[in-house]
Amino acid sequence: MNKFFERRYVVTGIFIAIIFTLLARLYYIQMVDNRYAIYATKNVIRSFIVYPARGPILDRNGKILVQNEPTYDIMVVPKDVKPFDTVAFCNLIGIDREGFDKRWTKAIKYSPVKDSPFEKQVSAERFASIQEKINDFTGFYALPRTVRTYPDSVAAQFLGYIGEAQDRDILRSKGYYRLGDYIGVTGVEKAYENVLRGQRGVKNMMVDSRGVQKGSFANGAFDTVARTGERLTSSLDIDLQKLGEKLMKNKLGSIVAIEPSTGEILAYVSSPTYDPNLMVGRERGNNAAKMYNNPYKPFFIRPIQAQYPPGSSFKPLSALIALQEGIISPSETYYCTGHYRAGNRLVPCNHGEAHGSVNMSSAVAKSCNGYFSMVFQRILERSGAKYTEAAFTAWRANVNKFGLGSRLDLDMPAESRGNVPTPLHYDNIYKKGGWRASTIISLAIGQGELLATPLQLANLECIIANHGFFYKPHLIKAIGTENVIKAEYTKRNYVGIDPQYFEPVINGMQAVVENGTGIRSKIPDIIMCGKTGTAQNPRGEDNSVFVAFAPRDNPKIAIAVIVENSGEGAHWAAPIASFIVEKYLKGKVTPRASGITVDYFANANRLPDLSLYAMDLKKERMRDSTRSARQDSIKKFKADSIKKAARLKATANNKPAGWGSFLAARRSGK
Amino acid sequence: MNNNNNQRSFFFNVDWVTVFLYLILCTIGWFNIHAAVFDERHPSIIDGATNYGKQFIYIMVAVVVGMVILLLESRFFTALSPAFYAITVLLLIIVLIVGKNVGGNQAWINMGGGFRLQPSEFAKFSTCLLLARYLSGANIRVTDPKAFMSAAAIIGFPMMLIMLQPDTGSTLVFCSLIFVLYREGLSPYFLVISGLLITLFVVALLFNPLHIIIALVAFTALVIFLFKRNRQLITTMLIGLAICVTFIFSVKFIYTHVLKPHQTDRINIILGITTDLRGKGYNVNQSKIAIGSGKMWGKGYLHGTQTKYSFVPEQSTDFIFCTIGEEWGFAGSIVLLGLYLFLILRVIFLAERQRSPFSRIYGYGVASVLFFHVVINIGMTIGIVPVIGIPLPFISYGGSSLLSFTILLFVLIKFDSNRMGVI
Repeated sequence: MNKFFERRYVVTGIFIAIIFTLLARLYYIQMVDNRYAIYATKNVIRSFIVYPARGPILDRNGKILVQNEPTYDIMVVPKDVKPFDTVAFCNLIGIDREGFDKRWTKAIKYSPVKDSPFEKQVSAERFASIQEKINDFTGFYALPRTVRTYPDSVAAQFLGYIGEAQDRDILRSKGYYRLGDYIGVTGVEKAYENVLRGQRGVKNMMVDSRGVQKGSFANGAFDTVARTGERLTSSLDIDLQKLGEKLMKNKLGSIVAIEPSTGEILAYVSSPTYDPNLMVGRERGNNAAKMYNNPYKPFFIRPIQAQYPPGSSFKPLSALIALQEGIISPSETYYCTGHYRAGNRLVPCNHGEAHGSVNMSSAVAKSCNGYFSMVFQRILERSGAKYTEAAFTAWRANVNKFGLGSRLDLDMPAESRGNVPTPLHYDNIYKKGGWRASTIISLAIGQGELLATPLQLANLECIIANHGFFYKPHLIKAIGTENVIKAEYTKRNYVGIDPQYFEPVINGMQAVVENGTGIRSKIPDIIMCGKTGTAQNPRGEDNSVFVAFAPRDNPKIAIAVIVENSGEGAHWAAPIASFIVEKYLKGKVTPRASGITVDYFANANRLPDLSLYAMDLKKERMRDSTRSARQDSIKKFKADSIKKAARLKATANNKPAGWGSFLAARRSGK
Repeated sequence: MNNNNNQRSFFFNVDWVTVFLYLILCTIGWFNIHAAVFDERHPSIIDGATNYGKQFIYIMVAVVVGMVILLLESRFFTALSPAFYAITVLLLIIVLIVGKNVGGNQAWINMGGGFRLQPSEFAKFSTCLLLARYLSGANIRVTDPKAFMSAAAIIGFPMMLIMLQPDTGSTLVFCSLIFVLYREGLSPYFLVISGLLITLFVVALLFNPLHIIIALVAFTALVIFLFKRNRQLITTMLIGLAICVTFIFSVKFIYTHVLKPHQTDRINIILGITTDLRGKGYNVNQSKIAIGSGKMWGKGYLHGTQTKYSFVPEQSTDFIFCTIGEEWGFAGSIVLLGLYLFLILRVIFLAERQRSPFSRIYGYGVASVLFFHVVINIGMTIGIVPVIGIPLPFISYGGSSLLSFTILLFVLIKFDSNRMGVI
């Protein structure tokens, strides 16, 4: 026996002690400290977002305006790719060798081990031939996606388009959107983004240390399914919309048709328009640039963004306010000499025509400027010329009730207000108390500073058709499969005119179509009440305006048509409106006594000379390259200089600066 | 002589407990290598193209080698121990010249056919053998400085050669032989001082050296004050203090001049001086995550996510314990550490029951080497020991390591089966 025998216990003791130290440490990190389990989960699980298809949009009769079409992205994981027949592959997906090399380099540059799209948005037809063969090429696979398609290529400005979310969208959404997500940019896609986008799903995948996917986590127990966006039923009638777009081809302007009994917009035509399919797919960027550079501005949503002087179409409104205020009775006559003398200036009637003795109805029917100037002056001077401002304020409030001068709150972005000038506006030009009814007499006939959008004009007709109220105009009738209707769209908005005052005005409007200025637009068997308008356009020919509703009893449709630079309302806007009305009420367009045909109007080219827009285009380029803040200051400066010019001229000529000089200033200024 | 017995059965008197433990550990290793490199595309556990397939071959070879050892005469090993030592030293020199450089260490000799030999693995065996042979010689006492120096030289020579590769891990393994020397009579102070120096090294890195010295001076003063009469103690304390102070100052020097940057990084990470989870600290952090996420019962065989998806590097060799920790949890860790402790204690038990000092010393060598490997390897995976690349005995993937441990253990089993005989 060895004399150091007892040392075996020391050695054994040390060994046991140290092994137990290891065990203690293991106990700590495996049983006590929970962090490691959490880190492990974080290491291995990557959550991927599953994008739902956007909701489809239907027209009022259930026909499809927008749907989603399946497309396929050919994806590639470069590391997994085995040697293959490149020529066969190129033929299969329809690219050349050079294109292949370019895509291949890009994919490798992105990541050799992660999936990246090799060829994007392969159509379903093309994919049918690819589908069975793609499996022969290891490392490539097809990823189903959806894109928006528009089977009838109509209502582009209504539908709008989607685009990748910008930084500000991401910021505003507090992180809901991520880079590369799609978001509605304009139109209904933007307005109803929250409803259309649906609910994103989450897919939890396991990944290895290089981020390569290794299958689903816990067999998808923690995944959520993507829910398709809600279906929207629009108020548009696709056939009406198509006809409207056909009629407005090669013209600038718009058509807005509303159902007066609901406020549902039946047609929403903005011309020039474009094929919404152009804003989808691989050529989107090029197409968008082309349209953006188009001087006629197809992206300009004329029904709600364009602002026109209403011209004579404003007259019925003038008449109604006068009746309600008790300024005039329907039967009171006025003798028209072909012009009206307001203060020291003359307001001529159209073509200097003398209408002779007119009452309210016939004044509307004949569009007598003299009569309405007289009415307007009476309104403003009811308490004496001294109190013009108070009377004007009251008149303005009445006009505002008809939805002019403020947004109608359409369920679309980017609506314009139009304009009803304020007393302050005139104070600035003529100094306080320095203006009278005669100074601003052009407002009486819908000119001057008065501006309205086509939507506001159409809504005005709804009010007349309804004898004093309107429903908020809207483009989306119902949301989702349960057809939810917003409560605000079922509320009547009264304008403060008693129903009995409408009859004389409507009589006049009926006469416009029966035997007045709008006779060319008479529709067989339908009593349509309308009003033509000819509004001055600072560039080139006047705008042709026509507003109407039909039939007279129990009106089904109210409409406003504006054709820019086309002269009198009777010549262009009125016939176009009549076709739309007839189509809606009868389902077809019948031959007319006046001999006008749809084809004639559809084929006519009324596009203005581009040189008229040359200055505008130049300005636009400049504006686009400057910041919006600066742009505002430039605008303000311009407006100020216009006002100054007008004032100078007024004092120089020693006559009030009415609409004539104002427009003159605008012409020279713009 | 028990010639009759030997003829009756080759395996007479073999300690089956040890053999059984050995086989269990090899099997655990094989299954966990399979789990570590598991791939759905090669689900079969026996596949020559994969690591677990190769490990299966290595185990077969190792078992055959083990049996051959049992068939050989014990005298073969005792008599030829200088020869073994010479051969390994020669190989260690050859490897420095023609060796293959893997991961910064020139530790491998290419044997052809895809197999490589790691001489440092076999150096452990031959060093133990020669040490046993030397210390069991007549009139050799470890307490004798000359004998101690000779023993230290036997251990130090291969250490030096391995250090030149440079393979720090394998070099440090030889330090464990201090337990053998202690058992044979080396002064306990060596153990105490070694422990003290390691502690001081760590403390010196963690705290301001000035504070430590103040604390040590205060402690010495207190002891001297309490034992005024005991002059010898006072002298010892003062000498000790001087050594400690010198050592503390030299730590900084060792740290910046002797150790390599990656070694200081590894120490810094263990001590929490630096945390670089993506770079230098990545391995240990991922290893801890894998083991820690195993919780009590583990994620189940082949269901470990961290190891399967290669978050842990070197997971079939040095970090094989991660797979066990993750898939078998704390329960599996206890079982494995229990098996190792049982094996080591069994080896000590075998060593102590030997009649001949040679077998006993050799047995202690085996126990020390196994112990050192287990503690350093597992300690490194759970972040209490700096990363030192040494394998987990019988479990880590690799033929050289498995074969050398098998030889190490089976030679002891052979000695033990002949313990009644005279060597």
